[in-house]
Amino acid sequence: MSGRRRVLSGGWLSAYAFLYIVFLYLPVIFLPIFSVNVAATPKFPLTGFTLQWYQDLPRTPALLDAAWNSLVVGVSASVLATVLGILAARSITRYRYPGRRAISGLIMAPLVLPEVIVAISMLLVMLQLGLSLSLFTVVLGHVLVCIPYSMTVLTSGFEGFDRSLEEASADLGESAFGTFRRVTLPMVAPAIISSLLVCFTISLDEFIIAFFLTGTEATLPIYIWGQLRFASKLPGVLALGTLLLVASFLLMTVAEILRRRAARRTQNEGGLYA
Amino acid sequence: MPERPQSDRTMIEINGVTRSYGAIKALDDASLSIREGEFFSLLGPSGCGKTTLLRMIAGFDNPTSGSISVGGQPMEGIAPNRRPTNMVFQSYAIFPHLNVEQNVAYGLKRLKLQGAEEKRRVEEALAQVSLTGLGKRGATELSGGQRQRVALARALVMRPKVLLLDEPLSALDKKLREQMQVELRRLQQAVGITFVLVTHDQYEALAMSDRIAVMFGGKIAQVASPKEIYQRPVNRQVADFLGGMNFVKAEVVEENAASLVVDTLGFGRIKTDKPKAFARNGGGATLGIRPERLRVLWDNATAKFEVAGKVVERHYFGEITHLIVEIPGLEKPLSVTETNDFGADDIPVGAPIRLAYDPEALVAMAD
Repeated sequence: MSGRRRVLSGGWLSAYAFLYIVFLYLPVIFLPIFSVNVAATPKFPLTGFTLQWYQDLPRTPALLDAAWNSLVVGVSASVLATVLGILAARSITRYRYPGRRAISGLIMAPLVLPEVIVAISMLLVMLQLGLSLSLFTVVLGHVLVCIPYSMTVLTSGFEGFDRSLEEASADLGESAFGTFRRVTLPMVAPAIISSLLVCFTISLDEFIIAFFLTGTEATLPIYIWGQLRFASKLPGVLALGTLLLVASFLLMTVAEILRRRAARRTQNEGGLYA
Repeated sequence: MPERPQSDRTMIEINGVTRSYGAIKALDDASLSIREGEFFSLLGPSGCGKTTLLRMIAGFDNPTSGSISVGGQPMEGIAPNRRPTNMVFQSYAIFPHLNVEQNVAYGLKRLKLQGAEEKRRVEEALAQVSLTGLGKRGATELSGGQRQRVALARALVMRPKVLLLDEPLSALDKKLREQMQVELRRLQQAVGITFVLVTHDQYEALAMSDRIAVMFGGKIAQVASPKEIYQRPVNRQVADFLGGMNFVKAEVVEENAASLVVDTLGFGRIKTDKPKAFARNGGGATLGIRPERLRVLWDNATAKFEVAGKVVERHYFGEITHLIVEIPGLEKPLSVTETNDFGADDIPVGAPIRLAYDPEALVAMAD
């Protein structure tokens, strides 16, 4: 790689970049726009501004149930995935052993496996195990898809964790537990919180696995899917979708800020590390 | 500052310590005794076992066999957090989520001091390393030199019997490193704590230590004062590691308990002290003389002991010039360093030259 960055003359690259961003985000922009439109059908020209669709949301019991279900699943899945992620990330960043890379690759694999296939396989396994489909099975499915994200976030937080920090703590008289409480935990806390937020967001938005693995209880994406059959319910779906979008965006932003902070901390910043 | 008088009491006793990793011996039957209040350096190339030894004194590693005691107390089975030693780590290991004060007070928290007493000791430690007033500074806002001082203060505040320093200056630039060498030595003299320094930098060891142990391949090759290590290295390896050395082949003419008489081709017959580890190699021996112990003889000056030859190379180094001089009869040309105040930097290559030497400076050593 050549280190020099050339500045492209002419505006072609900027134009391309602009179109690229538009293509990525234009569809997303329509969601909030139509969610405050008076007309029930998403069509231009817009007919007027209203917050009615948002006001209707809390008056829909099925939606509130779905939101509660999503919260339960999201919290459970993110906590479980993060605990497992901590163990995996610690092992991968701290120890050297044969098969380390293979194991890390296998843990990351659900990221690229077709989700439908993962969902069907999980469904088969759950049924074979005699588990009845419920929110619990959805949690298990979400843990599987969340672990790669959790591990990525945590690995970047743990990577370069200078082991001599823990040794220094012991050297200064602190016990193993005290070292964990006073050094290890505060240093990796941002990465852990970041992982929780990322996993929660993934679980909140996840549809396919939830669709296959849930029993009668719907999560938010499944509720939205169900509502799409009724044209009159569309504005409510758009409003709900907008809220989910904003929530996801905020959660991911906070998560990324925390992840960077954690990574910066553990990298023993500023000091030359000979 | 007057030198601190040396105590005769032993602070650290290392007795036949071996550390094996599988078939590899990182440390091989090392024995050493470090005195109370001494500035002691473990010097050697990377992989010589110096860091392993230091980490075993701190308790981060354990001997495969042999024993270590600190302050007369055997250290076997004692965890690092219960040892009377504190360490300055190579990476400094400053806690990044704490500020300077909190870093320095870290170990004091366990001692359950009164608030005012703790504050006083932190202030005192910061003053010792010239960081007064920076207590509230975040760990991430410090320069390399300041981080080093925080690490030092954090260890000193514990008032350990022994301070262990693992290559503490290697991450600093040359100028700061030289300044810190002086400061570390001064600090050690002021607090009187036993310092054990690990370094691969011979100048660092020479400049700061009371005594040095030179290590190669897990074994201790020589333990002596800086001057003795430099002037009377026991073997070629030690001589080489501590700077330039001209090696001269010699023939042993006479050998008794304390001295040797040898014949050399370039330097004639020399009488020299016999090193402890001297092993006769048939009738041969090796003598060594440091490049700065050969002095250029100008114009008609003469010396009692001199050799004549021809300059074949000249290298300019600012305050000194490095000459390579061919001497008839010597298989390898001699390295000579001469200060530039008389114009050594103007000696033309190819010119004849005469060099004065002191036969005392020619030392016999084991191969």
